Amino acid sequence: MSLISWGMYPKIKNQKFSLRDTKSLHEYIDNTSEFIPFGNGRSYGDSAINENILYCKNYNNFLEFDEQNGILTCQAGVLLSEIVDSVVKRGWFLKVTPGTKLITVGGAIASDVHGKNHHIEGCFSESVEEFTIMLPNGDTKVCKKGDELFYATCGGMGLTGVILSAKLSLKKINSQFIKQTTIKTKNLKETFEAFENHKEMPYSVAWIDCLAKDEELGKCLLMVGDFADDGNLEYRSKMKLGIPFNFPSFALNKLTVKAFNWLYYAKAKDGISKQKVGIDTFFYPLDAIGNWNRIYGKGGFTQYQFILPKEHSYEGLKEILTKISASGKGSFLAVLKLYGKENKNYLSFPIEGYSLALDFKIEDGLFELLSALDEVVVKFGGRIYLTKDVRVSKETFEKGYPQIEKFREYRRENNMDKKLHSLQSKRVQI
Amino acid sequence: MSYVLIIGAKSDIAKEVARTYAKNGYNLYLAARESESLGDLKQDIEVRSGVKVELKEFDITAYDTHEDFYTKLEEKPLGVIVVSGYMTEQKTAQKNWNETLNTINVNYTGAVSILNIVANDFESHRRGFIVGVSSVAGDRGRKANYIYGSAKAAFSTYLSGLRNRLYECGVQVLTVKPGFVNTKMTENLDLPEKLTAQPQDIAEDIFNAQQKGRNILYTKSIWMLIMLVIKHIPEFIFKKMSI
Repeated sequence: MSLISWGMYPKIKNQKFSLRDTKSLHEYIDNTSEFIPFGNGRSYGDSAINENILYCKNYNNFLEFDEQNGILTCQAGVLLSEIVDSVVKRGWFLKVTPGTKLITVGGAIASDVHGKNHHIEGCFSESVEEFTIMLPNGDTKVCKKGDELFYATCGGMGLTGVILSAKLSLKKINSQFIKQTTIKTKNLKETFEAFENHKEMPYSVAWIDCLAKDEELGKCLLMVGDFADDGNLEYRSKMKLGIPFNFPSFALNKLTVKAFNWLYYAKAKDGISKQKVGIDTFFYPLDAIGNWNRIYGKGGFTQYQFILPKEHSYEGLKEILTKISASGKGSFLAVLKLYGKENKNYLSFPIEGYSLALDFKIEDGLFELLSALDEVVVKFGGRIYLTKDVRVSKETFEKGYPQIEKFREYRRENNMDKKLHSLQSKRVQI
Repeated sequence: MSYVLIIGAKSDIAKEVARTYAKNGYNLYLAARESESLGDLKQDIEVRSGVKVELKEFDITAYDTHEDFYTKLEEKPLGVIVVSGYMTEQKTAQKNWNETLNTINVNYTGAVSILNIVANDFESHRRGFIVGVSSVAGDRGRKANYIYGSAKAAFSTYLSGLRNRLYECGVQVLTVKPGFVNTKMTENLDLPEKLTAQPQDIAEDIFNAQQKGRNILYTKSIWMLIMLVIKHIPEFIFKKMSI
């Protein structure tokens, strides 16, 4: 049974080795010509896919929890969902969490993931006090902020070594609920204004209707929120529904996506409304449907996520949304987000500006459309998120990531480029 | 909070069952041979869930130690979950009597030995639950796996009788029949994805079924249908088949 990523594309035959202890890992590294670590398979493209895969999810012990100060140490295969299950009851939460909790700690570091509070708290690496990593030569290193290895590894797509464990600092909470405000906007201009007006709120994200045209272009539901303060910490993870098989490929088309977006948008009241919602509803809405990736059919899908510097965001987004809307290619989800300052990591995705993420079913003509979007992204000084990517060209990638040469050199110096590769790293020649 | 005793705590399924019960607030006795090797798991569960975890040395085939083992548990458990299992290649087992005997003893004789003692205790206190992890392989003997399968069949039959006996005094007995599971043992087998469960899913299924007071659990549930079909193939056809 070969491992695939969340996008179910590409599908290649691979050999998996399960990480269970450092001794057998050392032997594996010595005896394997080239491999890539793999967490829970939630990156969308080919960033954790290769012929040899190191499967890290079984390396998942909790090691220590300082309940007074909210410092958790655990092995890299632990899922964020397991951390949430364990710590919310005790009044703590992840400082930074992406829109799914079904990723490993190792994966969160390698992708340097971010969440709805990037404009306040930054990336996942901001919550990493230190981590241990096994390097390609078999040495185990403890690594802290300030070390070059830290800046290379956080966001380094698993290409510097095998992350073994991490010490994470958590955020104090006093409720399992979030006070949410939903703002319904009529066009892109209103959407931007709404983000600016609410940027002091710790969490914010907008769902955009990509098929809206002309004067409705960029209309959205912006959801902002913060933890409540009611002392209720009786958290229980929600039971999930499942999608047991791949939908036939015609199930998702322009009409069904339009209907979905319309329903979603129509559901919200006009103007501003307030709700109190649980952690799972607010942070992880899609985790409630197991294997939702199957709705795109067995041919798979990809997520196109780019970010543009703030000064060009409005112009660039308008151009891109117009192109997408004109193409009629269905995007089930389009998520818009305002980001704060970029960090020092070589390959972390966020820069100060706006990012848009859209899902596309893999089909004829898609990659041509995405290449055309790439040109707009490059023109405005933006970049593509590697964790979501399955097709970006070396040129587009390099233009977006000015520190890439430093990263390449660091890998060469430490012989990391001899052992660690994914299909993606080979495509864009990291 | 009450203790749950897990027999055969070293397997991947047992590890997830332990984590699941701990997550729901139960303290744990983890029983296995060379139980000190479970130190990492003990630490993991204590840090994760803040419950008490005690490691207990236990050999399921050392029958004469079982009474003493159970007597010495300071606080008697509210529930006992037997996860112990031993599976070897059918071809190895049919050529090697010791392998066959060990298969029978770990999967059946030893489980019966400890559960007899537990059942008497639970019966006298009129409370408790017993979970036995058997296998779909026990539902019908196949040439590919019948020595292991027959031991599991005997275990399933034992649990069925035990359930019948303990029903009157309110003690629950749950028979668990997993199909394919992704574990250390099956890591290099090419199992069909749709029929293969993760140990975490099996553990959740076991916990939910036990809490709901159920009798028999197939996990994944599709195996109930599969085994229904397999059990009903007439013998004169079945004997010619290779499944």
